[in-house]
Amino acid sequence: MLFTQITFQAALPEYILALTALGLVLMAAFSGSTNSAKRFIKLTALVGYLLAFASIFVLPSESHSIYFGLFRINNFLIYMKAIVLIGAFFACWMVTSDWADGVEKPEYQVLIMLATLGMLLMISANDLISLYMGLELQSLPLYVIAAMHTRSLKSSEAGLKYFLLGALSSGMLLYGASLVYGYTGFTRFDDISSFISQNVASSGIIVGVVFMLSGLAFKISAAPFHMWTPDVYEGAPTPVTALFAITPKVAAITLLMNVTYFVFSDIRFEWMQVIIALSVASMIIGAFGAIMQKDLKRMMAYSSIAHMGYALAGLASGTHQGAAGVMIYLTTYVFMSAGAFSIILMMRRDGLPVQKLSDLSGLSSTHPYWSFGLMIFMFSMAGIPPLAGFFAKWYVFLAAVNSGLIPLAIIGVLTSVVGAFYYLRIIKLMYFEDVDQPLDEGAPTENVIILSLSIIVTVLFLFIIGPLREWSHGISQTFPVSGML
Amino acid sequence: MLEISLSHYLTVSAILFVFGVFGIFINRKNVITILMSIELILLSVNINLVAFSSFSGTLSGQIFSLFVLTVAAAEAAIGLAILVIYFRNRGSIAVEDLNVMKG
Repeated sequence: MLFTQITFQAALPEYILALTALGLVLMAAFSGSTNSAKRFIKLTALVGYLLAFASIFVLPSESHSIYFGLFRINNFLIYMKAIVLIGAFFACWMVTSDWADGVEKPEYQVLIMLATLGMLLMISANDLISLYMGLELQSLPLYVIAAMHTRSLKSSEAGLKYFLLGALSSGMLLYGASLVYGYTGFTRFDDISSFISQNVASSGIIVGVVFMLSGLAFKISAAPFHMWTPDVYEGAPTPVTALFAITPKVAAITLLMNVTYFVFSDIRFEWMQVIIALSVASMIIGAFGAIMQKDLKRMMAYSSIAHMGYALAGLASGTHQGAAGVMIYLTTYVFMSAGAFSIILMMRRDGLPVQKLSDLSGLSSTHPYWSFGLMIFMFSMAGIPPLAGFFAKWYVFLAAVNSGLIPLAIIGVLTSVVGAFYYLRIIKLMYFEDVDQPLDEGAPTENVIILSLSIIVTVLFLFIIGPLREWSHGISQTFPVSGML
Repeated sequence: MLEISLSHYLTVSAILFVFGVFGIFINRKNVITILMSIELILLSVNINLVAFSSFSGTLSGQIFSLFVLTVAAAEAAIGLAILVIYFRNRGSIAVEDLNVMKG
């Protein structure tokens, strides 16, 4: 019973990533640090992600839980895994050996692959124990890669801050998990969920849920648990920041959805208040915090806080429509961030990375393609139709309005107007200011390809939004109906 | 004789948890203290888990606490490693020196 065919089939992407990561450890240990060895390691990692992504298509389409219910897959979780793998592939591909600052070591590939494995595991977690182990497998490598540039004070400070606050958030999550376990007597999600539907939820459970939500809010950098985000984004090497912006958020939001929609769907009125508060705070802090920033990566940090606020607005609706909205939001978010960060990565002057907003001035005359791409992403993040970001915002706010959260949707629309200010400021800098000192010419092919792919997805999103909406609506039905509005 | 009940264990662990959280936020001296506070938080969780497990008669809490212990060790190792790197660059581990980037 323990090892049946389904045990192997259902967790195929995880097996592939785990084995590739182990292979990479050996290669990193024995291959030395020549450039060809680094390229080979990176190539192997990319093949690993591609294989894992390909194996998504052979996963069983009906839901299964394996390993005594510790691990669960269904169509929704598989979709989220695919998004995470695309993001991880981009983040790994962006690192080119002669361009990366401080992260050109072979260990980097090993660590991000282990972190990706952790993300897949936490997406599939079906038990408080596997939730915690997946979350830590994701967090621990991320702490290390934030401090990867060992000679840079900023990078090590970013790593230290990320570690301290991340460990605190894990502690809070764990304390909540222990209360949930104690007051229900179960650690498996299905058991907890059926216990809550049969009994009145005691205050111990509710306190536990609030602690768990706070711990997860740290991981997705939702305000008021966002303090680490700007510092870590600014200090970490840019490829690492790109990774932070793209993948862990997707995995953590999926986990949050799993916890709220699946495990605690019967006490949704309790968690909805928490999510609404997180959403409003993130939208406001994300919008107003970014205005004063002079650093591009810091601004992107506040922008990602705001984006998480919008995604949480969909989550707060507590409906299937909200779940579908969050899925669409995260899909567009991955492509927009990957594209924007592929440009930030290419920004160099005299071979050194620059990341000030003022470095963008007059970019359109020296680098028309970059500034076109950045303009597309900024318009899309601001939510200008017909770009991807507009549809994403539209569906989350629609879900919020349909479940009666009209004030939340109004705050969301108002803060996106405020947010448009700093997105448009970048476009003004690029197109209407004079060149101060031109940035370097030439760019790695990888980044240009990622940039082009992201532009295509962002611009042509209006052609796939129809089928994607139908489809995401279909797979959001995997959440239990009983507790839903 | 005072009977030690579940609520006594929960109270102790809640106090430890609060000490840990306050140790992180109020402490202005050095980062090692913060690492110790994080350990305190994780240990308070372990007390919770083992107490719940023993009073409810289910085993999973004790299994959980073993996992927590293991991860706590890994986390402490990584934290100290990052701290060493930071010290090499900054020459200090005082909390008030963690201010190269201002939020």
